[in-house]
Amino acid sequence: MSTPSYRSLRVWQRNRDVFFKLWRTEVPGFFAEPVLILLAMGVGLGTYVALGQSYLEFIAPGIVAAYAMFSASSECTYGSFVRMKFQRTFDAIIATPVNMEDVVAGEIFWGATRSLLTTLAILIVIAAFGLVHSPWALLTIPLSVLAGLMFSSIALFFTSLSATIYTFNYYFTLFITPMFFFSGVFFPLDAFSPTVQKLCWISPLTPVANLSRALVSGHPGEGAWWGLAIIIGLTAVFFPLSLVMMRRRLLK
Amino acid sequence: MSIIKARCVVKRFGSIVAVDGVDLDVEQGECFGLLGPNGAGKTSLVRMIIASSPITAGTIWVDGKDITRMPRLIKANIGVVPQEDNLDPDLTVLENLLAFSRYFDIPKKEGRERALANLQFFELQERQKAKIDELSGGMKRRLLIARALMSRPKLIILDEPTVGLDPQTRHLLWQKLAALKQQGVTLLLCTQNMDEAWRLCDRLAIMNGGKIVALGTPQELLARYGSSQILEARLRSEQSKDKVLAMLGERGFQWQEIEDMLHIYQGDGQVLEDELKNELVITSQHSPTLEDVFLRLTRRSLRE
Repeated sequence: MSTPSYRSLRVWQRNRDVFFKLWRTEVPGFFAEPVLILLAMGVGLGTYVALGQSYLEFIAPGIVAAYAMFSASSECTYGSFVRMKFQRTFDAIIATPVNMEDVVAGEIFWGATRSLLTTLAILIVIAAFGLVHSPWALLTIPLSVLAGLMFSSIALFFTSLSATIYTFNYYFTLFITPMFFFSGVFFPLDAFSPTVQKLCWISPLTPVANLSRALVSGHPGEGAWWGLAIIIGLTAVFFPLSLVMMRRRLLK
Repeated sequence: MSIIKARCVVKRFGSIVAVDGVDLDVEQGECFGLLGPNGAGKTSLVRMIIASSPITAGTIWVDGKDITRMPRLIKANIGVVPQEDNLDPDLTVLENLLAFSRYFDIPKKEGRERALANLQFFELQERQKAKIDELSGGMKRRLLIARALMSRPKLIILDEPTVGLDPQTRHLLWQKLAALKQQGVTLLLCTQNMDEAWRLCDRLAIMNGGKIVALGTPQELLARYGSSQILEARLRSEQSKDKVLAMLGERGFQWQEIEDMLHIYQGDGQVLEDELKNELVITSQHSPTLEDVFLRLTRRSLRE
């Protein structure tokens, strides 16, 4: 096996071009859904929630983290699978000087870029709601890239094992959705007993939501920064794993 | 000098041996045809040559370089036309070529010039803004070849490039492929179309069961494995089968059973006697073609 080269950029460029050609179909996921959740939960449900701060303010950074996860995960499951299996785009690309490792890395880099774009869009929206009080919030942008690399790597690893596109229903129902609800996006984890709280830290979304909240609220000191080690550690495991597994799947 | 040199190449998928010790030399500038029935190992062999599939045993050199050592360098010099359409449906006709030129690190301006020239050559210039879905089968195939030419490769490998096309498109493609050969491009053509092999190929290899069973120019193969006449006949009655076959054997005829037909190869000076003729209904008689050679050499796997 060889390591990915700069040619992974070519794969990234291909995905970027297609995205900006078809960006209109992505708008609902970008703006509509997060805004709906902010309105329904933050404004609607929030009237009944007493947290010592506005509920809208509490969930906004969580939504930033959660949609960084959704973007990377859907790109590197459904998106990559369609390119790999239905469109045979990977087969076409690896007949050029671009290798399988470049393709896999390019897909992961593109998934991380989707997280970054989504985070940018939501930051603009929550700033318009008046929920951003500190320039520290800008650091959610590099955070979203790290989170995107992690979630893309995990997703592509799962994709390398998936026989059909329907398999991703399991991925989203059993992995992504529980993370969405139990990673401190909608309520603080101290609502749980200490044991359950520890369990919640198994979710890779927990450190992302935690750090996002610390940054957007303007109190970076309150963040559990050791969580970065989880994000980087999981990326360091799943990035090479998805390279090996994709190679094994496609180069027979 | 051989542009492709393969020695003792083996490909195994679990217990299945797809390619079973193949030696192959394709010379620079020739059109080399790889013929064989489905499952003969053509595609497996080609996938190894283009470094898309690991070699189980043996060595392949392309342009003098070992493909397992320098896959990138070799892939930069090969144009691949796959059997199945893998054009990028998210991009237009022109964008497909531009994206490809990027995979080869061709500068943007140069890539655009080549793309437009290739579209012109394949008579697709008017469809450059079309989506892939809007193209006919023949246009897609032309675009696949145009795409393979983006890097100006020394060698183009085509896997059944005219399968499923109407006769007009097939002839147009043959003409384009012949023109490419004129320009000095080496062509490796996998095909099951004997007409195509006969028209385009300088040399042919017939594969069966993972092995190359015959190699030569189309004329040589015909001389070696054809005969002066081929009689296609049916038995007048099934009961006389053993008797007829015994008689054919005694008289030194070669024959083959293809479905319910008997193909009798009549060599120079051989004549069927009346005694034999009476047992047979001769339905047709023709000079041997490449197809007869193919059927004769790949018989076993056709019957499976």
